[in-house]
Amino acid sequence: MKTLLSWRAPALSLLVFLLMIGIWHALTLPKVMPVTAESEYAALVGTAAATGQKSAFPSPSDVGRKIMEHLSEPFYDRGPNDKGIGIQLAFSIGRVMLGYLLAALVAIPVGFLIGMSPTVYRALDPYIQVLKPISPLAWMPLALFTLKDSSVSAIFVIFICSLWPMLINTAFGVSSVRKEWLNVARTLEVGNLRTAFRVILPAAAPTIMTGMRISISIAWLVIVAAEMLVGGTGIGYFVWNEWNNLSITNIITAILAIGMVGMLLDLMMAKLTKLVTFPE
Amino acid sequence: MSAFKDPFDAGTSLTRGCSCGHHHSEAEHQADLALQTSDSEALGNRVVEAAVMRAMFPHDAERRRFLNAVGASTAMAAISSLFPLGMAKEVFAQSGPLEKSSIKVGFIPITCATPIIMSQPMGFYGRQGLNVDVVKTAGWAVIRDKTLNKEYDAAHMLSPMPIAISLGVGSSPIPYTVPAIENINGQAITLSIKHKDKRDPKSWKGFKFAVPFDYSMHNYLLRYYLAEHGLDPDKDVQIRSVPPPEMVANLRADNIDGFLAPDPVNQRAVYDGVGFIHTLTKELWAGHPCCAFAASKEFVTKNPNTYRALLKAIMEATAFAAKPENRKQIAEAIAPANYLNQPVTVIEQVLTGTYADGLGNVKKDANRIDFDPFPWHSFAIWIMSQMKRWGQIKGDVDYAKVAREVFLATDAAKLMKEVGMKPPTTTSKKFSVMGKEFDPAKPDAYIESFAIKRT
Repeated sequence: MKTLLSWRAPALSLLVFLLMIGIWHALTLPKVMPVTAESEYAALVGTAAATGQKSAFPSPSDVGRKIMEHLSEPFYDRGPNDKGIGIQLAFSIGRVMLGYLLAALVAIPVGFLIGMSPTVYRALDPYIQVLKPISPLAWMPLALFTLKDSSVSAIFVIFICSLWPMLINTAFGVSSVRKEWLNVARTLEVGNLRTAFRVILPAAAPTIMTGMRISISIAWLVIVAAEMLVGGTGIGYFVWNEWNNLSITNIITAILAIGMVGMLLDLMMAKLTKLVTFPE
Repeated sequence: MSAFKDPFDAGTSLTRGCSCGHHHSEAEHQADLALQTSDSEALGNRVVEAAVMRAMFPHDAERRRFLNAVGASTAMAAISSLFPLGMAKEVFAQSGPLEKSSIKVGFIPITCATPIIMSQPMGFYGRQGLNVDVVKTAGWAVIRDKTLNKEYDAAHMLSPMPIAISLGVGSSPIPYTVPAIENINGQAITLSIKHKDKRDPKSWKGFKFAVPFDYSMHNYLLRYYLAEHGLDPDKDVQIRSVPPPEMVANLRADNIDGFLAPDPVNQRAVYDGVGFIHTLTKELWAGHPCCAFAASKEFVTKNPNTYRALLKAIMEATAFAAKPENRKQIAEAIAPANYLNQPVTVIEQVLTGTYADGLGNVKKDANRIDFDPFPWHSFAIWIMSQMKRWGQIKGDVDYAKVAREVFLATDAAKLMKEVGMKPPTTTSKKFSVMGKEFDPAKPDAYIESFAIKRT
């Protein structure tokens, strides 16, 4: 029974995939239209415009070809504004990692301190709640103006957006450590620092990791928007550059790549979370 | 390219293709030539000689006939006696070492940036000993911030932007300069294909228009055009600023009804069947400036030699781009993903002026876009008059002073002469916009004469 179940889910996934591709294919079947324009005019415009249409959405096979094209040469470098999708992804991942790690370095200790004191927790909570929902794009002009460097600004935006979930979760995890455990530590006359590292940290670790997992997804969401705005390098810039060229095939390719990388980052964090979880 | 060729060789074409015929491409030819004349002085001399020869024989065939008839050495001697070639070469060589050889120049992917972009693949920067990275930027606000941050040494801007920055409108005031205009004309009003029967601007009430930026010729020209047709641009229509690369996507999505935009945006809308070209802006004002090559005053004064070399490269490129026969070659150089990222045919239609209008007609207009680097002070004054007319600046403005400080006409004239262009002798001229004359001496009276204004 169990083997049958484990076989069913992938089969259903495959079916959904084929169905989606099938619908997409059917919707984008090329319509045979007579060329209404004169040949001289038709030579100057795209095939769709020559038949009196707007340019059409690409079919799955167009996108497939484009993906193969990118996969066959992911690391080409033709100048500062035209690099392979692999290089662009590497730039984005690098930025995300830098901003994310900086945020973790700040959020976890600060969250820890906030969580230890209920008064500080309640005092700072309104600020955190106001700052948390601010969109990365809203931070960008401020960052560009004050930091005076676009790549630093992009990293700052990642930092500021991935800070809050980690901070809140750490504070929450720390403040909700079971009172009995702390009391036991106190009865055994364990020092404050030792209590923090040997009792509170392991107890709060799963909650902290959940915050870190939420943060990495947010950081990855944010990077695309940030790079679309400042340009230069990265997968967000790639999307923007192809939007400029109205190349939907390239944009779909980039969307799939963004999804894949996001999934890998999340899986990585999920594995790490498993390491620190403990049975109650 | 032609500046590298021996203009005293009858077999050389100064205008196109590989000049000697032994190479597959001009790049190969150039590489060979660079090996032969490796010292920069010889190259410099070549540049001056070529410039003189080009000035004397605008038609290449004539030059070749002349050289075939008298022989290269006789020609050289004859021309040297008429024109002090030696002196010209000396003046050209008289620039000190570059303060900075690696520089970054930002651009927006539109054909207005042609001289800035093409100088990279076509080697105009390299010839001045500059290693220039041309960096594509997402929008005008970003290009402004990155230039103010000094991430870029110089940048492609809309010509009103350096004036606005210098005046402190929309940002903190920082002295900015325009050493060269990049292009004249080259913009158009494009409307969504669903409005193909609404060609009379009076029927545009309630339309949503896009312009690239608040401080742009596009904004001022569109407002001017609408106001001349009796529509109040602030009340009867909506004008919003949208970065050029996003305009076609917005037109397609029906977010906007039309735009006054730089090319290739207009042509791209036609190419994708979503819009048609209502009118070229040259019909509003023939020879209007659009984009500018801009740098901070600090960069200009701190790095005079770099600034000179950079400007010279831009001037040479502009002179090259001004020749219609070079335009196809330029289109191929700037269309790839590293630069404009557009189909070659779109860029070619913009630059050559033989284009599809989106309504099934092929139109020919060789002046659709043109390149003239001279930063007329009167252009700056007109721009300020419109800023004032639409309430972007308030109070009294010393028009002439700002124009003089931002638009560096003297520097431009000097370098134009060096690359063999003919700069005008004055810095101000009268011109007319939609049949109404503008006198740069009386900008306030000009503003007063409009019925629709925000003063």
